[in-house]
Amino acid sequence: MLIYFLNSIIFVLGLYCLIAKKHLVKKIIGMVIMEYAINLFIILIGYKDSGIPPIFLPNMELATFTQQSVDPLPQVLVLTSIVIGMSILALMVAISLRLYEKYKTFDMSEIRRLHG
Amino acid sequence: MLFLFYTLIVFCIIGSIIAIEARNILASVISAGVVGMGLSILFLFLGAPDIAITQVVVEIIVLIILIRSTVSLDNTAITKHRDTFAILSSLIFFGLFLVFAFMAFQGLPKFGEPLMSVSSQYLQNSVSETGASNIVMGILLDYRAYDTLGEATVIFTAILSAFVVLRAKGKKKREERDKIRVGIPGKDDLPETVAEIDEESESVSNI
Repeated sequence: MLIYFLNSIIFVLGLYCLIAKKHLVKKIIGMVIMEYAINLFIILIGYKDSGIPPIFLPNMELATFTQQSVDPLPQVLVLTSIVIGMSILALMVAISLRLYEKYKTFDMSEIRRLHG
Repeated sequence: MLFLFYTLIVFCIIGSIIAIEARNILASVISAGVVGMGLSILFLFLGAPDIAITQVVVEIIVLIILIRSTVSLDNTAITKHRDTFAILSSLIFFGLFLVFAFMAFQGLPKFGEPLMSVSSQYLQNSVSETGASNIVMGILLDYRAYDTLGEATVIFTAILSAFVVLRAKGKKKREERDKIRVGIPGKDDLPETVAEIDEESESVSNI
């Protein structure tokens, strides 16, 4: 249970960075850290004690392989989510660079003030 | 083995604290990269080599994108007007979150003993059904191929919208320039009242 708890501390740190920091790039970094924590959590759920990677080598027997291998399904979902996270990050950085061009600052509260 | 996991996770926690609290934005970007690299080592020891490879590649691309967005721009931390209410309320909320998360973790299966009700079927049948010896790739590209197709759609949409946002020249400006070049009159140049139209026609006939 302790390892899940440490993992959720990483998540909370990212959420704190997303809420309390003013700099736009720091907000993006907080979101990236949150994403890392969630990916790690899903992988941790599928871990088996002294497990082997889910790759079936020719010199293995199927029964022992099925018993020893870690859960492959969370790994598939995380593989999808990592790549999607990268493209979402590219979109966020594009929007923040556009905001910097328009307002000449990365300060979130300054941007809000200039608008209204 | 468990000790290694704890060490790496504490390493990631320290890295993320530095990433959050560093004054220089470039330093905090690089610390976020350190967290990602530590995470990829952790994935490698958790029996997920595919995830580790993908994490390293994605991490390098993320670092390139983030450094592009920070270098040669305003990269000092913002120190004026700290919002104390947001910080205090978020700290209280996170304390509550951690307590409830700890309670929720009691209901999960213990670390190291996963529920394999779906995955055991995949592990038993994947090699004979798909022919892929890597079970992860067998699931990703065969059993859940539509999922992967949807992922490709999401990536395509995100990159397309990033290009639209970053486009240097707007479409409208180019239209106006073309109109001037060809000689199409704008809205202000056209006559508005009947008298103006008569005047214009008279001047044309006089010529």
